[in-house]
Amino acid sequence: MKNVLWIVLIAAVFSVTACSKSNTKGATSSAGSTAPTSSGSNTTGSGAGGGISVSSLDADQARIVQTQLVVYFDYDQAEIKPEFNAMLAAHGANLAKNAALTLRLEGNTDERGSREYNIGLGERRAQSVRRVLMLQGAAANQLTTVSYGEERPASTGSTEEAWRLNRRVELVYSR
Amino acid sequence: MPGVAASIGRAAAQGRRWFVASTLLAATFAWFAPANAQLNILITKPAARPVPIAVVPFGWQGSGAVAFDLAAVVTADLRSTGRFAPLPAADMVTRPTEPAQVNFQSWRLLKSDYLVIGKLTEDSPDRFTAVFELFDVVRGEQSLGFRLQAGRSDLRATAHKISDMIFEKITGIPGVFSTQIAYVSEERRADNTRRFRLIVSDADGENARVIADSPQPLMSPAWSPDARRLAYVSFEGQQSAVYVQTLRTGTRERVSSRPGVNSAPSFSPDGRLLALTLSHDNGNLDVYTLDLATQQLKQLTTDDAIDTEPSWSPDGRTVYFTSDRAGGPQVYRVSVNGGRPERVSYDGVYNARPRLSPDGKTIAVVYGQSNTYKIGAVDAANGMLRVLTTGRLDESPSFAPNGAQIIYATRENGRGVLASVSTDGLIQTQIASVAGDVREPVWGPFPRP
Repeated sequence: MKNVLWIVLIAAVFSVTACSKSNTKGATSSAGSTAPTSSGSNTTGSGAGGGISVSSLDADQARIVQTQLVVYFDYDQAEIKPEFNAMLAAHGANLAKNAALTLRLEGNTDERGSREYNIGLGERRAQSVRRVLMLQGAAANQLTTVSYGEERPASTGSTEEAWRLNRRVELVYSR
Repeated sequence: MPGVAASIGRAAAQGRRWFVASTLLAATFAWFAPANAQLNILITKPAARPVPIAVVPFGWQGSGAVAFDLAAVVTADLRSTGRFAPLPAADMVTRPTEPAQVNFQSWRLLKSDYLVIGKLTEDSPDRFTAVFELFDVVRGEQSLGFRLQAGRSDLRATAHKISDMIFEKITGIPGVFSTQIAYVSEERRADNTRRFRLIVSDADGENARVIADSPQPLMSPAWSPDARRLAYVSFEGQQSAVYVQTLRTGTRERVSSRPGVNSAPSFSPDGRLLALTLSHDNGNLDVYTLDLATQQLKQLTTDDAIDTEPSWSPDGRTVYFTSDRAGGPQVYRVSVNGGRPERVSYDGVYNARPRLSPDGKTIAVVYGQSNTYKIGAVDAANGMLRVLTTGRLDESPSFAPNGAQIIYATRENGRGVLASVSTDGLIQTQIASVAGDVREPVWGPFPRP
C-alpha cells in the first residue's frame, strides 16, 4: 500500500511539472473515465460556472481527487493523520468549486471489539473527514456520512495488515 | 398410569400454527432456510460432574415406522447443556417403556442417577400422545410423569418440552430447549459478492428459517419480549435503518431511517419502547428511546462521546449503554426518564455491549485487554468483573432467558462461529455452523402460552 501511495505522489508531482498546460483537459477527461457520476455533475453544472471551477483546480489536486479516495486511521482513533491533509485539501477544494457534487463518507473499522461500538467509531471517523472537508470549503449539504463499522472490511483476515487497511473512510462521489 | 395431562397440547398447537405461517413466509419470498444454516452443538468444557442419565428410546404404538424419535432429541438437548452425561443407547441392557418394567438395581449398576422412559402413541394420522416418566434411580422413585398431545409437526417441540421439564426437575433451573435464537450469517460467494442473512432457529440450531436476506449488511437483531418480533439494522438502502419485523407474517416496519446512524435496537421489557442509537442531531451517537405506538423520540444521552448499545434492566427503569466519554468504552446506566448517567464498569480499558441477566444482577460485556476480546460478567451492584471466555475475538454476548448460560460469537479457524458459556464460566460449548460465517446470536425469551 505504501508503494501505491508513493507512485500516486510521484505521478501527481509529474503531472504538475509536465502537464500544467493541459490540466483542464486532463482533469475533465479522466474524471469522466474514473468517476462517471462526478463528471456528469461537472458538465451539467457548467452553465453555472462548472467549467471554470474544474479548470481552476490544479492538476495535482485533480489527480488526487480521482486517485486518493481512502483515509486510513490508527486503532480506536478518528484523528486525521497529517499525511492525509493534502488529499483532503484537494477534495475540499473540488467540492467548493463544484457545488453540484456530493460526497458520501463511508466510515469503517477493523474487526476487533464490539460491532455496535465500531459503528460509532466508523461514524466518528466519517465525521472527522467531514469536518476537515468543510474547513476546506465543502458545504454541509454536499456531504453525507454512513458508518459500516466492521461490516464491510476491505481486507479479510485477522492480521495487523488487514486491520490497518480496514480502519478507513472511503470517499464516494455522486451527483 | 401416574401421568398428568399437561396443558402442553395448546401451546404445541400454537407452535404448529406458527410453523405453518413461517413456511408460507418462506414461500412468499422464495427464501428457503439453507441447510448450511444448521448448527451443531459441541461440548468444549463440560460440567465437572455431569449428571448421568439414561433416556431409553420411547416405545411406539402406531402404524409403520416410529413417527419421531423423541428420546434422541431429549438426549441431545440434555447433552448440549454440558450438565448431563446421557448413557449411550447401546449400553442399555434393558429398554423399559412402562414403569412396571423398570428394575432400579440394573440402572444403578450402569451408574445412571436418573432414568427417562416413555411411549409415543398414534391416536390418528395427525394426532399423537407422548407419555414420559423421569425416575430418580438412587431413591428408586418416580420424579415426574406427564402426558403430552401433539400433531405430527409438533413432535420436535414436544421433545423439547419434555427436555425442559426434566432439566428443571433435576437442576432447579428452567430449561431453554423450547426457546429460539436469532443470528446473522454471512456468505462470501466466489464472485466476491456477499450475502447477509438474518436467521431464526430453535435453540438447538434446528428448524432454521431465513427471515431477512440482503447483499448489504444486516446486524444487531433484538427480540421483542413476546418473541413475536425482531428488530434489526439493515443497510439495504446504502444507509443504516432500523426495522421491526413480525415473524409470523413476515411484515416489517422501518422505524428509523434518520440521517447518519440508526442502530443498536433494544426492546423495553414491556415491548412498548425501542431503545436505539441515532446520530441525526449533530453527527454524534446518542441513545434514544422510540415509542413504537406514537413514534415519540426521547433522547437519553447528550455527551459528545460515542453512546451506544443500549440494553434494558429487567424492570424497564434503567438503560445500560456503552460510552467512551472517559476515553475507552465503558458501561454506564441512565434512568429511562433521562438524567445524569452513572458509570458501572471500571475494571480494564474496554468494556462494551452490556447485556443484563434476567435477574438484573449481572451484566455480560465484551471485555478487551491486550488486543484480545473476551466475554466478561460485571456485577451490577459493585462493578466487579469476571472473565468468562478464552477466545481472542469474542463478542455479542446474550443471556439465555433462564440466566444460566450466555451465547456469544467467536472465531474458529478464521470463521465466525457461535459458542456458549455458563454464567459461572465453568461449562463451555461451541455451536458450529456447517458452512458460512455466523455471528451476533441473540437468545429469545421463553415462549408465552
